[in-house]
Amino acid sequence: MTNSTRKRLQPLSPNIQIYRPQLTSVLSIANRISGIALSLYAVALVVWLVAAAAGPHAYSTAHVFMGSWVGRILLFGCTFSFFLHLCGGIRHLIWDAGYGFELRTIYASGWMVVLVSSALTLLSWILSLVLAG
Amino acid sequence: MTKGRPAVIIRSPDQVPGVTALKRFPMPRNLGVSPESRIVQGRTWPAPAAAIRVKAFEIYRYDPDLQGNPRIDTFEVDLDACGPMVLDALLWIKNTVDSTLTFRRSCREGICGSCAMNIDGTNWLACTRFITDLGKPATIYPLANMRIIKDLVPDLTHAFAQYALIQPWLRSKTPPPERERLQSPEERSRLDDHYECILCFCCTSGCPSHWWNGDRFLGPAVLLQANRWLVDSRDEATGERLDELEDPFRLYRCHTILNCTRTCPKGLNPGKSIANIKRMLLERRT
Repeated sequence: MTNSTRKRLQPLSPNIQIYRPQLTSVLSIANRISGIALSLYAVALVVWLVAAAAGPHAYSTAHVFMGSWVGRILLFGCTFSFFLHLCGGIRHLIWDAGYGFELRTIYASGWMVVLVSSALTLLSWILSLVLAG
Repeated sequence: MTKGRPAVIIRSPDQVPGVTALKRFPMPRNLGVSPESRIVQGRTWPAPAAAIRVKAFEIYRYDPDLQGNPRIDTFEVDLDACGPMVLDALLWIKNTVDSTLTFRRSCREGICGSCAMNIDGTNWLACTRFITDLGKPATIYPLANMRIIKDLVPDLTHAFAQYALIQPWLRSKTPPPERERLQSPEERSRLDDHYECILCFCCTSGCPSHWWNGDRFLGPAVLLQANRWLVDSRDEATGERLDELEDPFRLYRCHTILNCTRTCPKGLNPGKSIANIKRMLLERRT
């Protein structure tokens, strides 16, 4: 059947609207989203440092915001994005070296990324809260 | 391959997932969908009254001869009246309920690749997917991100055009030998996990990078075959083939998402083959 006999544009079958989220695709997009989040957090880091350099008044504003519940949630998101992107990045480097492409290894390393990044996030928060008193 | 068991660490692609956190990404169903592709509600076809074991199938329908958008029809299938595979259910529906249901099929044993479709959110062959592995209700869509000719029949013109682009034949410079071009068993083993590809396009259709850049990104099926010709010791155009592939879109839209390896109904590994192409490109730079 050629283009000329077709009366109207063929519909496109749904893709992301119906495709099952699997460990493969979810970790891949999570790596991208955490990367974007980290870029934004890098800007926030600069803002915080500039506030620190600008003097006690500016710094106390930043300090109060970071201590608030909104700031803490954002900070938790920052640490989780960092560790997720770190572990995901290591997984990518291992793939770039040519290892770990069997399906079993893909899934095992994928779950490792999830577990290790969650564990590191929790560990870093517990440690910092304990050390901070 | 044996019947899939639910598992967390997936060992082979025929295994259905053990945990279902999400059946689909949480987003509006019609986000970014052009008007002619929007899916509307269809009708429900109830099971015959005498049926005991009944399963609901939600199936994507589209008729190019009628006005109207694609729709979802729900068929209640009598499981005692049809075979164990999804293709058997589709044939039962076509034979006893709605003969206009259109789909490709041929070998009914997972070797021709005709019945590739999206079953319960993942691409697979209908003839090798057990009905008992499906959710409630089972959802059957055509291969993702393909132009649809009718119901579950995708238009594979573009996919095959991309396949032709890599020139999937032996390219030689030296004159042909008197007899066969000989290969050692090791050289022949490099073609394993490549020659078995049935070009069902489950992998390409399941690749999110191909969804967003399918016009220029070749996709896992084509790149697997490109690797097949690159590692074939009898092929003499390796350099040219690599030149043709070394392109930010043709090859390098692959971001190692690995949906392809997860979904291949023949258990092949396109992700690994694409990594091999990238390795070959890197090695020839040094």
